[in-house]
Amino acid sequence: MTPHLLEADSLSKTYPLPGGGSHQAAADVTFTVPPGGALGIVGESGSGKTTVARMLVGLVRPDHGTIAVAGRAREPRPPRGRAARLARAREIQMVFQDPYVSLDPRLTATQCLRTALRLHDRGEAEAAELLDRVGLGPREADARPRDLSGGQRQRLAIARALAVDPRILVLDEAVAALDVSIQAQILQLLAEIRAETGVALVFVSHDLAVVRHVTDEVLVMRRGKVVERGATARVLASPDDPYTRLLLASVPTEGWDPTDTARTPLPPP
Amino acid sequence: MTAILNEATAPASAPALAAVRARRPLGVLVAGTLLALVVIAAACAPLLAPYAPDTIDLSSSLVGTGRDHLLGTDSSGQDLLSRALYGARSSLVAPLALLAVAGVLGVSLGVLAAWRGGWVDVLVSRLTDVMYAFPGLLFTVLIIAVFGAGMTTSVLALGLAFTPTVAKYTRSLALSEARKPYVDAYRVQGMGGLRICATHVVPNLARAILGYLVVLFGEALMSLATLSYLGFGAQPPSSDWGLMVQEGQAAIVQGAMLPALVPGTAIALVVVCFNVVGVWAADRLGRQ
Repeated sequence: MTPHLLEADSLSKTYPLPGGGSHQAAADVTFTVPPGGALGIVGESGSGKTTVARMLVGLVRPDHGTIAVAGRAREPRPPRGRAARLARAREIQMVFQDPYVSLDPRLTATQCLRTALRLHDRGEAEAAELLDRVGLGPREADARPRDLSGGQRQRLAIARALAVDPRILVLDEAVAALDVSIQAQILQLLAEIRAETGVALVFVSHDLAVVRHVTDEVLVMRRGKVVERGATARVLASPDDPYTRLLLASVPTEGWDPTDTARTPLPPP
Repeated sequence: MTAILNEATAPASAPALAAVRARRPLGVLVAGTLLALVVIAAACAPLLAPYAPDTIDLSSSLVGTGRDHLLGTDSSGQDLLSRALYGARSSLVAPLALLAVAGVLGVSLGVLAAWRGGWVDVLVSRLTDVMYAFPGLLFTVLIIAVFGAGMTTSVLALGLAFTPTVAKYTRSLALSEARKPYVDAYRVQGMGGLRICATHVVPNLARAILGYLVVLFGEALMSLATLSYLGFGAQPPSSDWGLMVQEGQAAIVQGAMLPALVPGTAIALVVVCFNVVGVWAADRLGRQ
């Protein structure tokens, strides 16, 4: 019995750039998530956090490194067989950044959930339960994505991920496209779902306030490398790394002076 | 000056624009009505036609318009109106069959190329390029030379000739569709590639592809008529329009214009009407 639900070991990914050269999106990224845990991955745009998220769900193949769920290694490429593919899907699910394009525009909310439930041989009746779980009513049930608000769409995307009954939920900037009051509602919903189902969360975000709200541990990434890690409260309260300090200083608060943060020198990585 | 400019360039309000878009231009209305009449005529040919289309009456060869024969007769004494009415059937159904063949093959190839990428994409793209460089009619005639003349062979051969166009168009659409995050979401959910393409990507492209096929209809009808005219398509005693033009050709020398003019006009009328309606419909289908 392993104490870790998710183990990512030295994940690396380098993309070739057009016209020669290459960009290292992730370098030796290692972390673990306990069952029911919540890990935040933060960093500025281009720090490689989305690449890590996409490697976790198998949308990007790592150059090196392994990912294991409950002690079982995940194949780097999606398996051919249906049963293996579905079993893999039940390990990790993902909620994407922009709910407008991550939902099939042709399907209503109910149809969207039924498609996922049918795929995993679960009763289609659960669609109503799932909609209720994420706070969508009968009016939204028959609406297509274009008739839903951003928050409602993201609720639907969360319900779709839950339809698979995953052990881990990866959220890639899942609230970044929403306005602040809606963000709070979605974060609250995620916290409730985590408490009820025991699903582990991997929360990728550039927003430190969001990460503070939902995660136990945090990983700070810069240019593909992990620069700091630890308990979220500790890292956000007394960061060791100058980059983390800069990130924290960049959050607009009362009496905040943007020129101060812009002038803060940062050592090269 | 500025005031005038502002007035001229000020964008129309959204409801006004919608009203303009919803309005059917007169040309489309006329073309649509004519097409509807042709379709009804084709469907009711046995009721409307005064004679059986293949009744040969040599005693009334090349009769002009009159009470017995509204549009006259051809050199075999066959009633031209009856033949044109019956001819509408094959002339309308055959292009549909052709487009069905080209649609199924083209969409499959286009989506396959876009989805798999890599060497599959290169292979399909080069194949369609080669087909593009090769005149479609020549390609069709080659196939007919091997498999023999006839309407079925023509439809299949032209269906193959039209496939690259549809494949190229579908590929470009599918390339951008397959990159959308909802496709990623299905993949993460464990759905197989074939199922994602067949039940989600293609249905999302259906409107645009359908619009494209509507525009191709006129060309398909024209190509089939050309083949029949050349003697590769419909065979006598069928009353296909293209074949009728060819049969009526000899009569022109004898001073009778109608045997070639009637089917020729029918072809031109339907093709023009279909293009007018098709472009309008494709524009609307593509926009939504």
